[in-house]
Amino acid sequence: MKQEIKGGPLTRLIMNDVAGRRMMMIILAIAIIVPFCNLVFPEGSALHVSTYTMTLLGKYLCYALLAVSVDLIWGYCGILSLGHGAFFALGGYAMGMYLMRQIGDRGVYANPDLPDFMVFLNWTELPWYWFGFDQFWFAMVMVLAVPGILAFVFGALAFRSRVTGVYLSIITQALTYALMLAFFRNDMGFGGNNGLTDFKDILGFDLQADSTRAALFFASGIALILGYLISRFIVTSKLGRVLVAIRDSESRARFLGYRVEWYKLFVFVVSAMLAGVAGALYVPQVGIINPGEFAPINSIEMIIWVAVGGRGTLFGAVIGAILVNYAKTYFTGAFAELWLFMLGGLFVLTTLYLPKGVVGLWAQIKDKFFSSGGGGQSGNPATDNAEGKV
Amino acid sequence: MSLAKTKHIEQPTVLYMDGVSVSFDGFKALNSLSLFIEPGEMRAIIGPNGAGKTTMMDVITGKTRPDEGTILFNDELDLTRYDEAQVANMGVGRKFQKPSVIESLTVFENLEMSLKGGRSVWQALTHKLTGAKQDKIDEILSMIDLKDRLYEDAGSLSHGQKQWLEIGMLLGQEPELLLIDEPAAGMTDEETMKTAELFKELSKKHSLMVVEHDMDFIEALDCRVTVLHEGSVLAEGSLANVKNNQQVIEVYLGR
Ligand SMILES: Nc1ncnc2c1ncn2[C@@H]1O[C@H](COP(=O)(O)OP(=O)(O)OP(=O)(O)O)[C@@H](O)[C@H]1O
Ligand SMILES: [Mg+2]
Repeated sequence: MKQEIKGGPLTRLIMNDVAGRRMMMIILAIAIIVPFCNLVFPEGSALHVSTYTMTLLGKYLCYALLAVSVDLIWGYCGILSLGHGAFFALGGYAMGMYLMRQIGDRGVYANPDLPDFMVFLNWTELPWYWFGFDQFWFAMVMVLAVPGILAFVFGALAFRSRVTGVYLSIITQALTYALMLAFFRNDMGFGGNNGLTDFKDILGFDLQADSTRAALFFASGIALILGYLISRFIVTSKLGRVLVAIRDSESRARFLGYRVEWYKLFVFVVSAMLAGVAGALYVPQVGIINPGEFAPINSIEMIIWVAVGGRGTLFGAVIGAILVNYAKTYFTGAFAELWLFMLGGLFVLTTLYLPKGVVGLWAQIKDKFFSSGGGGQSGNPATDNAEGKV
Repeated sequence: MSLAKTKHIEQPTVLYMDGVSVSFDGFKALNSLSLFIEPGEMRAIIGPNGAGKTTMMDVITGKTRPDEGTILFNDELDLTRYDEAQVANMGVGRKFQKPSVIESLTVFENLEMSLKGGRSVWQALTHKLTGAKQDKIDEILSMIDLKDRLYEDAGSLSHGQKQWLEIGMLLGQEPELLLIDEPAAGMTDEETMKTAELFKELSKKHSLMVVEHDMDFIEALDCRVTVLHEGSVLAEGSLANVKNNQQVIEVYLGR
């Protein structure tokens, strides 16, 4: 038996969402404690967190935001995008372009206007699409706008012509593949296969400095929390229920008078923007963006994170992204060649034995061992439902 | 909106179909079908499997485009020019042959979503459940007898209850014309009779077109009957009348 959704937006957003609230508290704590331990405790102290570890965790936070964006469309609206890495990479490139411009005349060729790779290509002036990227605010607008506009155009074409299911998955995959090939080309003006790298500073702060790294880490944590709350706001609104209706029975939604294509388009664009933000925070932390980020396999991995965590719960996506990436870090260190097989195996196992992911498993365990009647009182229908049957 | 196509009859109709044909790969699912429903009328549609009953609903609701023919709603709106969502918002509600409720939403959420208005993305995002909407939901609930299952997943309902929920969702849309495909399928005899009562009640305020195979149900509806066969109208009239029609007995009732 479920609870009725009551109360204002704040109740809906936070009070009803016990699991999500706990997780956001943990993320917030991590976002504060990790930089604190990195900056305050000296190296060698038991409480010190190395910059390497902080950067690694920062990457996980970006992936977690990316996973939330994937879950928003896949878990709630049934849009299985196998090209979401494209939006992540585009956000990353937008940030990378700003960071390139920040280098100024400190490059190898000491050209104040042109990034090194352009000088190397004998270009004499900046291509038009690089204009404005010396301004931070402009780059940040682009971090949202470029993925958003691409998602809008692509979504408008695909959803209006009612491309769904496998066909949609295939064309999203083709999209990211095509972008990868395009970005590999030197004459595209994005640094070819080397991509954008050798960044120096961001907003005037040295990217190598621990304090800058700490700030970026904190920003990633906050972005994850905000991204989660935005997604949560959407899925707990009536719009979220329409998305679930589209996922479960698209024609029913149409015959109820909902213009399915607009709903899909809206959530697809929001999701692409979240992915773009994740990419933009990722790039300064790892120090490079190259066309490899568009690789189709990356987009498939994201789906696996969400599946492992538990589709259609948002916080499951966060857990999945962190777990799988932790495993990846560990195993690619230990047995690199095997990772892809393990990833594949993990996906098969989850699909077969854990259709609701880790989150579902946890719910089962709780039911079995700790249930004293009553059961789940988390009270949010959209979440509960999605946990219940995906 | 101006008169899109000319009508061939005088009296006002809520639904006017004339010479409607649809073919799938050369197979004529509807063959120059003509059928009128008067405002406030309840009409039962019967006919053998594959007669084109569901296809007829598809062309009315914008799901399938007819190859030729006229379909007018309220004598003025040319339904062949709109898509499913537009037709629905004009006031044509549809219940599918296979019950289709949103299984992972609760009964309450299913009904809430069906309530008239607020179809744009922005309205859905900022939607609030007002007292008036709550009252409407309560009113529907008492009609479809699902009050005590309000916060349960629609997927956990019995087949018959799903059918009722879907009918309830139709009512939420407050349509002028209801197209109902095989509502009694999977219902117990008692449920079937209750459904017939419900429809008779509804016909006071709405126009209805009900497709059904269950003859007892049709009899209980006590309304004009149209027999479809191979995509066109084979006979039309009172049930008693139609039952005695030699052709109808041959293609449908006699089998
Ligand atoms: N999309 C389609 N593509 C090809 N053939 C179709 C399509 N839709 C319907 N048909 C065919 O058109 C004919 C009419 O089908 P329809 O579903 O309208 O029959 P019906 O009268 O509703 O039958 P039933 O009583 O079994 O529901 C059938 O022969 C069916 O196979
Ligand atoms: Mg049918």
